[in-house]
Amino acid sequence: MASKQIPLVDYLALDDGDPHLVAHECVSCGARFFDRRNACASCFATEFVSEPVATTGELKAFTIVSLAAPGIPVPFVAAVIDCDGTSVSANVINTEPDPEHVTLGMKVRLATYPIGTDDEGTEAIGFGFEPIN
Amino acid sequence: MAADDVWILGIEMTKFGKHPDKDTVDLAAEAAMGALSDAGVTMKDMGVLAAGNLMGAGAPIGQMLQKQIGQTGIPVYNVSNACATGATALRTAIMAIKAGECDFGLAVGVEKLAGAGLLAGGSAKSDANTWEPKGRYGAVAGVDGRIGTQTMPGVFAQIGMEYGHKYGGTTFELFAKISEKNHAHSTLNPKAAYQKRFTLEEIMGDVMIAYPNTRPMCSANCDGAAAAVVVSGAKLKTLDPDQQRRAIKVAASVLTSDPYDEACQVLPNVNTLTRRGAQQAYDQSGVSPEDLDLVELHDCFATAELVHYDNLMLCPEGGAVDFFQSGATWRDGKTPVNVSGGLESKGHPIAATGIANIWEVCQHLRGEAGDRQIENARVGLAHVIGLGSACGVHILEKAAA
Repeated sequence: MASKQIPLVDYLALDDGDPHLVAHECVSCGARFFDRRNACASCFATEFVSEPVATTGELKAFTIVSLAAPGIPVPFVAAVIDCDGTSVSANVINTEPDPEHVTLGMKVRLATYPIGTDDEGTEAIGFGFEPIN
Repeated sequence: MAADDVWILGIEMTKFGKHPDKDTVDLAAEAAMGALSDAGVTMKDMGVLAAGNLMGAGAPIGQMLQKQIGQTGIPVYNVSNACATGATALRTAIMAIKAGECDFGLAVGVEKLAGAGLLAGGSAKSDANTWEPKGRYGAVAGVDGRIGTQTMPGVFAQIGMEYGHKYGGTTFELFAKISEKNHAHSTLNPKAAYQKRFTLEEIMGDVMIAYPNTRPMCSANCDGAAAAVVVSGAKLKTLDPDQQRRAIKVAASVLTSDPYDEACQVLPNVNTLTRRGAQQAYDQSGVSPEDLDLVELHDCFATAELVHYDNLMLCPEGGAVDFFQSGATWRDGKTPVNVSGGLESKGHPIAATGIANIWEVCQHLRGEAGDRQIENARVGLAHVIGLGSACGVHILEKAAA
């Protein structure tokens, strides 16, 4: 394991081996956002708190991308996961990318994987969701 | 004809396809001159010009068009609203007339897209030598392909699959059958970029782009332009009987954007704003979905057409699969959808699309659609959606004889 790690995006909390996603939650109505907002898109309130997102969920939409920009390995499964009421965009990983192995409604859980190590020895960590068998 | 109604007096689309010898101004001019000629008016009559060219949105396409066909100093609105750009241009001209600023307006949409590849997620970000958080999500490396997909075929594939998850009944074959219908329809449309009929086996066996969308199930990038001349009801009354006879009433012109929705923060929700737009259009026009003789809807991908049957309320909620399987949307069905061939075969020169679909409906309402005429068509609906999102819905009616 590399000495230092950095998440692929700032809403992935690595948390010493207990990785999870973090959302900005509107204090007033509970709407969740992964990026910063000046006011809530739902109720226009302006106060947010950080809340952890459930690490398990259900696949509510997916596609298997076979044609992408040069340099992006294909095929891969892009999906929307319903994590206990919070919709999350992510890849489905650690399974074959075909319609036999990936199905609507399947139960999945958050999983992380190393993307690479930079010149300073820091390892970047990505995330996806894997089937719960 | 009520004085405060707005009418389409003239409309034209260029052939969609490859136009290597024409630039955007040439194509826009061809459509605009055609629409003016169809209307029996000239640039001198126009009180407003609204124009869109999404890929060249930084350049003033409206003013460039004026220099090509006639400069009179009228207000020009250059509009940009993703795939709803053409509908937005038309609605801008309609609003100027409704506001009483002028009697005649011209709306134009044009795009040069032949040979373009994937229109989003089209370039991979190369990873840096040191991880450094950048952008709104503090990403240290490219996220397209690592956190879902930004490609349009992939986004719309998920939208179709989401419908299947909610209501069931969707299969790869079902989506391919929708594409089979539209390609079959295209064989009767000489202005379509592609007029090739495919068998279901050919569609399903073609190159997979983003499951369940294979290549023929994706909209075709091509060149093209479309333009419309709109006129106030008061002015139309003063024009000659033939112009009045061919004029098409804009019974509803609606533009919507997304209301807040939990899931649209991560995957565009093309459903809610389309349903709201359709409801507003039905309310404005007094037309109900059962009254529609034909519908041109935004089949940017086969997976998208299915969800819009439901969103436009052509079928009961959740009933899009049964509705399609009943044969309703074939040209001899109860509610013919995309008899032009749709974006999968007619082509999708983005900013032209939202006026070209209205041209198609007008051809039928005027009884001028040739071999693909839907007999006795009196009312039609045209729908476009631009991701982000923007949804345009227009309901069009034949003039009372």
